[in-house]
Amino acid sequence: MTRGKGLAMTKERQLSMTPFFAFIRVKGYNRAMRDVITEALKGRDADYIEIHFEESQATGIVYRGERLEEISRARNSGGNIRALVQGSWGFVSFNRLDGLQDKVTLAVEEARLASREAFKLFPTEPVLDTVVPQLKQDATKIPLATKKELLDSYNDIMLSSPKIQSTRINYRDARRQRIFANSEGSYIEQAKTDLSLRLTAIAREDNEIQQAGISLGSTGEFSAVEGLHEQAREIARRAAALLSAPQVKGGEYTVILDPILAGVFAHEAFGHLSESDHVYQNENLRKIMVLGKRFGGKHLNIIDDPTIPALRGSYKYDDEGTSARKTYLIREGILEGRLHSRETAAKMEERATGNARAINYLFPPIVRMSNTFIEPGSVSFEEMLGGIEEGIYVKDWYGGVTSLEMFTFSAGEAYMIRQGSLSELLRPVVLTGNVFTTLQNIDAIGNDLEMNQGGGCGKGGQSPLPVSNGSPHIRIRHCVVGGR
Amino acid sequence: MEHHFASDVLNSARRKAEQAEVFSASSRATTIQFEANELKQVETKEGNSIALRIFREGRIGFAIASGGGGWEALVDMAVETSQFGSTASFQFPSSQDYSELRIFDPKVEGIAMERMIDIGKELIARIKGHTPDILCDAQVTKRTSSISLVNSRGGEGEYDRSFFSLSLDGVLVRDTDLLWVGDSESSCRPDLIGSDNLAERVIWQLEMAKEKASVSTKLLPIIFTPRGVATALLGPLVMAFNGKAVLEGSSPLRDKLGKQVFDKKLSLWDDATIAYGVGSYPFDDEGVPSQRLPLVTDGVVANFLYDLQTAALAGTRSTGNGRRAGGFPNPSISSLILGGGDVSFEAMVKDMKEGLIVEEVMGAGQGNLLGGDFGGNVLLGYKVENGKMVGRVKDTMIAGNVYQVLNKLLGVGQEARWVGGILQTPPLYCSNVSVATKGS
Repeated sequence: MTRGKGLAMTKERQLSMTPFFAFIRVKGYNRAMRDVITEALKGRDADYIEIHFEESQATGIVYRGERLEEISRARNSGGNIRALVQGSWGFVSFNRLDGLQDKVTLAVEEARLASREAFKLFPTEPVLDTVVPQLKQDATKIPLATKKELLDSYNDIMLSSPKIQSTRINYRDARRQRIFANSEGSYIEQAKTDLSLRLTAIAREDNEIQQAGISLGSTGEFSAVEGLHEQAREIARRAAALLSAPQVKGGEYTVILDPILAGVFAHEAFGHLSESDHVYQNENLRKIMVLGKRFGGKHLNIIDDPTIPALRGSYKYDDEGTSARKTYLIREGILEGRLHSRETAAKMEERATGNARAINYLFPPIVRMSNTFIEPGSVSFEEMLGGIEEGIYVKDWYGGVTSLEMFTFSAGEAYMIRQGSLSELLRPVVLTGNVFTTLQNIDAIGNDLEMNQGGGCGKGGQSPLPVSNGSPHIRIRHCVVGGR
Repeated sequence: MEHHFASDVLNSARRKAEQAEVFSASSRATTIQFEANELKQVETKEGNSIALRIFREGRIGFAIASGGGGWEALVDMAVETSQFGSTASFQFPSSQDYSELRIFDPKVEGIAMERMIDIGKELIARIKGHTPDILCDAQVTKRTSSISLVNSRGGEGEYDRSFFSLSLDGVLVRDTDLLWVGDSESSCRPDLIGSDNLAERVIWQLEMAKEKASVSTKLLPIIFTPRGVATALLGPLVMAFNGKAVLEGSSPLRDKLGKQVFDKKLSLWDDATIAYGVGSYPFDDEGVPSQRLPLVTDGVVANFLYDLQTAALAGTRSTGNGRRAGGFPNPSISSLILGGGDVSFEAMVKDMKEGLIVEEVMGAGQGNLLGGDFGGNVLLGYKVENGKMVGRVKDTMIAGNVYQVLNKLLGVGQEARWVGGILQTPPLYCSNVSVATKGS
């Protein structure tokens, strides 16, 4: 959970000079941009207006088998305006900065078309700040040749393993510089880097195709993707082993989740339901999700915390300019808090938690998780195994999805448990649960918390948003497992 | 303006590369969003992007930029990546005539935001008229976009496209039970989109889900509705017909061209030439003319999907399926059409002694899709007993493999319809799908 250094704040370092921002960088960066924004927001008949500008640079490398199939560089710049009038929102996104005044006018007009009950956003103090990541080895500055050499070495290992038909490598690093300003006087510049890597080995024997992989990520620290040679060997070995592994018989089982899959479980099984935009307009759900309601045993604590240094879901301010803070979603089994934007907080008469995030300038901020995890307990893995007559140990992940009540998540690796011991390897399995019963069925929480930095989160068409999940090993009784 | 910009980039790139291609796209979209039955937000999105692909010293370089300015950077970035890029095995297509295809309806531009708001309100009113305490999120979207392509071998083309869509997700909460219903419609032609059909389908879902039914863990026949086919079965098939997966040998169909793999009743084709189809185009994102391409004919594998580079490596021709999603062109579907059969939905249901009707599967994209596996939680599905639909099932997983399930079909439905604008399919009646549930 503590790798590298966190986001550090300095005033000296400027965001890099680029055509889009240069457009308005007349005399000194902050002043020019702030003046443009102040001018655009002057004399508007709206309850609230915010402006985002963004620039990003990204490098992508994709391998498919022996071939380095795609190597690309991208630059992206744009912005958006969001206006609140009489309880409704207008939103305009754009690539070009010209005609900013007209764009603000359009956003205000759009907001006027709708009419809901007026409300006041949860109040936050105006902020003036600049946030720049501090990295030991910034991936976005590493030469392409170095990246390629490293990925080649992983690919060679996987391809030279027995029964491996092909591979996939997806590498991406990106740097985003953002400016946020609103009609309340906030002006925040934030830069953020992000790095993700997925390695997949595909094994084949006759007509059987099986695959295994790992997903990793970091806040841009290149070391996170170095030294994975042993893991590359291991996933190739596992993909090959799956060819002769049996499929589990579908049904209800006692399952043990490893920290990675349990993190995905925390995210899907409860995290999404704690996003208030699912709840705030729904009277029935609000009654179910009342603070103080019991969701699990006394040993269960689930937290969302964007302030932990150096995790992919970390930030200092969310995309509404609200300071990030740690939120207990479940404390000792009881619903204690939930994630808010300024709108949902106001409407539910709770505090804004700084969880309004947008994947980029094309989208308005919506309520999202950051780093979500189950706090460690005291049970060792051996204790969990003991006493399971027949069960399944599930590790790693393909993915997870939720409908709020029901959720599914899939393991990349699974083993039968028989008479308290790990037994044969199984084909990947998909598990399902119901948030109102499955959390109650967690009967053991391990002592070995790990954060998973791979993958990303999708919601409302905004995907993949950098987040992290984590958990120690957990044991769940009566979990439905799909199988043949 | 984009056009002028594109030729500047092309000219600049030609000075540093043997071949070059510039692909530009711009769009403007307006979306009306309803949340919990109320109009929450009106949004307008403008965007443009320009992608440059070059061959330099025989290797492919690629860069993309969106936003204002910086095409000099675009050329430099493409040159930088070309040092490591794969060897170019193909030529950009030279100048040719593309047949005309109707995918732009100027009416879209004229639809007022007020009219879109009314359409959303009418739709929600219909659903609420049936089930007063349902909460609906709805979206009404209109979009126009322009695509242009120019390359150093004289290839050139451009077209405009319009788009209109209507979608609805409703949730009904009873105690801790959440029932999700919903559907969507889309077309290049707004006149083809109405709230009536959509409302009727959602109301049918609400009717069928009124009662609850239980099911036990066993093998059961399943009728996949068009939405069920899209959410459960489509993913593995799309992957297997991708020429790249065939070329590298990871597709289970890699050596099955001309062989009977699926049930004789099953025919599937990719068709980019359907008038006003959301997935249609006169030429693909590399300038190759579009076509109607059979993938499965009476159960026999007929073709795979190729872009230029993959086709060249595989020793075949591009099928006009080189599509971009913000990056390199890749073989992708345009619109998939699954041929209709001769069994009515009613007759399929009547035929079932015990089984399920599956409308939506959640989590189907999580397993070993490449190997053909499908499965997940039945988010919306109904139990059939002795030929009658008796209610909605919950806490239920299904799992199977498309190469087994589609190899022997009990029936292909008569009533085909579009799902999500890119798949037209009838219901499919399948046997022996594994069903797992609680308390078993």
